[in-house]
Amino acid sequence: MDEKGMIKSFDMLRAVKERTLPRLDPESGGKPRVVVGLATCGVAAGAQGVYDAISTELEKQGLNDVLLVRTGCIGICQFEPVVEVSLPHQSKTTYVRMTPEKAVRMVDQHLLGGNAIAEYTIGAKQ
Amino acid sequence: MLYDENQAAGTVRSLEETDFFHKQTRIVLRNCGVIDPQSIEEYIARDGYAALYKALTDMTPDSVIETILTSGLRGRGGAGFPTGLKWKFASGNRGKVQKYVCCNADEGDPGAFMDRSVLEGDPHSVVEAMAIAAYAIGASKGYVYVRAEYPVAVKHLGIAIQQAKERGLLGRHIFSTDFSFDLEIKLGAGAFVCGEETALMTSIEGKRGEPHPRPPFPAVKGLFESPTILNNVETYANICPIILNGTEWFAAIGSEKSKGTKVFALGGKIKNTGLVEVPMGTTLREKDIGGGIPKGKKFKAAQTGGPSGGCIPASLIDTPIDYDNLISIGTMMGSGGLIVMDEDTCMVDIAKFFLEFTVDESCGKCTPCRVGTKRLLELLNKITEGRGTMEDLERIEELAAFIKENSLCGLGQTAPNPVLSTLRYFRDEYVEHIVNNRCPAGVCKALLTYKIDPAKCKGCTACARACPAGAIIGSVKNPHKIDTEKCVKCGGCMEKCRFDAISRD
Ligand SMILES: Cc1cc2nc3c(=O)[nH]c(=O)nc-3n(C[C@H](O)[C@H](O)[C@H](O)COP(=O)(O)O)c2cc1C
Ligand code: SF4
Repeated sequence: MDEKGMIKSFDMLRAVKERTLPRLDPESGGKPRVVVGLATCGVAAGAQGVYDAISTELEKQGLNDVLLVRTGCIGICQFEPVVEVSLPHQSKTTYVRMTPEKAVRMVDQHLLGGNAIAEYTIGAKQ
Repeated sequence: MLYDENQAAGTVRSLEETDFFHKQTRIVLRNCGVIDPQSIEEYIARDGYAALYKALTDMTPDSVIETILTSGLRGRGGAGFPTGLKWKFASGNRGKVQKYVCCNADEGDPGAFMDRSVLEGDPHSVVEAMAIAAYAIGASKGYVYVRAEYPVAVKHLGIAIQQAKERGLLGRHIFSTDFSFDLEIKLGAGAFVCGEETALMTSIEGKRGEPHPRPPFPAVKGLFESPTILNNVETYANICPIILNGTEWFAAIGSEKSKGTKVFALGGKIKNTGLVEVPMGTTLREKDIGGGIPKGKKFKAAQTGGPSGGCIPASLIDTPIDYDNLISIGTMMGSGGLIVMDEDTCMVDIAKFFLEFTVDESCGKCTPCRVGTKRLLELLNKITEGRGTMEDLERIEELAAFIKENSLCGLGQTAPNPVLSTLRYFRDEYVEHIVNNRCPAGVCKALLTYKIDPAKCKGCTACARACPAGAIIGSVKNPHKIDTEKCVKCGGCMEKCRFDAISRD
């Protein structure tokens, strides 16, 4: 079945699901996933700049396999911009009140180096 | 790369590990903040369109309605009408007459943004649910009525509809069945009254959005004179999980008469503003009122139901929040805005705020609402300006009852609620304004007086320099005085005083 084709049966629906699931679940997909909240609340807090900074830094570091994804509101408007990082074999990290500068450091230290930056996470800001 | 010394094992690192998250049950918001809302594939990966497939191939339209009916789902747009019943009323003559399904994304309550978040974060969940509703009642066309002030929601919904069309999940012969369904977005100009169902439908028809009397109800004669159902965004967002997981699963969540969850937009005087989804019947205390109130202030009340609702006073903080309990304490669920107020909030002022909103938003079609709400506001103004009398309280109650009974639509019928509710729980505060010319919360300007305590004043002149009205007199190193005639009650002096010498009463 081609990637963008009509979905006319349950099998076709399931095929799309199975093809896409690894994107949502890095544990099984093997690719890091970085999610930026870009709903109205996120954008108002400057999330677009954070998204752009991550995008640029990923390119600069040649991290082509990292999936950078825009998402909706996760409910913690107070803590926007929110960035969530899921790496294979590591539990998810929620970064809050991010800035473009912090985002660059996150790419270098967490995505490249494998170490989450605890002081930027939701646990540190509660 | 260096090892990060900040990385401590065992500390909370993800949202899922926080209390804030643990207290929630995410059904409506299941995909918000998780998937890319612009990707139909990610929606499908989370079982998207599986409910539509199940309904079309495995269920009759009547059994879909029966499922929604027995799940106990009630409308999330405010009134809590049973969704299955609404669908049933519109289900006659399938295939013989043109019918419509509509979605209400007008979301006009000040402080509410639940529907916006769902459309921005998970638009396909509404598209899929509307297709299921259309199958259930026998409609082939749907409209989503979104306010134009929600550009991101409009964009994401537009992309979702386009993608669903490209994949054959909207359009003709969906999943190779006889069912065909088409969906369109209609932009609303943002008038609050256009959220009322009859006004919304006339607005979709391209006419001026004004309510008209019911009956006939939309299920009989709605959009373009055809049988129509209208549901709220959040109502629709519950449909697919119910179809997939079954009625028992859904009915096990929530309270006896209000099943499932409710999304609340927390705002006002709290630390954690944002969106939470909790089972119906959760109390304000359990909700933790958004992490508590800043600066150690005391919780006074929470407003639900926006301009149509009322308040939950601190004494009722343990009331399980569901449709019926809120009605019995004199407020209503409304769309889910929850505004927290602390001891610095004046309840008369709050009532005035919501009434000003309804006065502005009244469409003017009927006199009880158009004129009545204005008169009511004048009475409140008298009180906050220190000109009120005890008789005014009775007049407020009479007028409020008259407006509720004689207004044509829900806007007028509910407009007096914030006044009645604050009067019910905070009558003392109204009386204090009237009898002692005092605003206990220190909000109503006309009733405030600023005073300098000569014993504490060091004569530093900071206040005199800050006063924009030149109302503070006194010479250096001698206690100053405020000329109450000139004072404009801005509070600027109080902020500047380093010796705590200025008080307000
Ligand atoms: C003045 C007024 C404004 C309303 N605004 C909205 C709104 O913004 N969103 C909404 O879903 N319902 C709104 N309603 C309620 C709708 O008329 C209608 O009851 C609701 O959309 C039905 O959907 P539900 O059964 O899924 O709750 C409003 C009602 C009134 C009287
Ligand atoms: S009650 Fe108010 S908003 Fe409703 S029709 Fe009458 S004037 Fe218009």
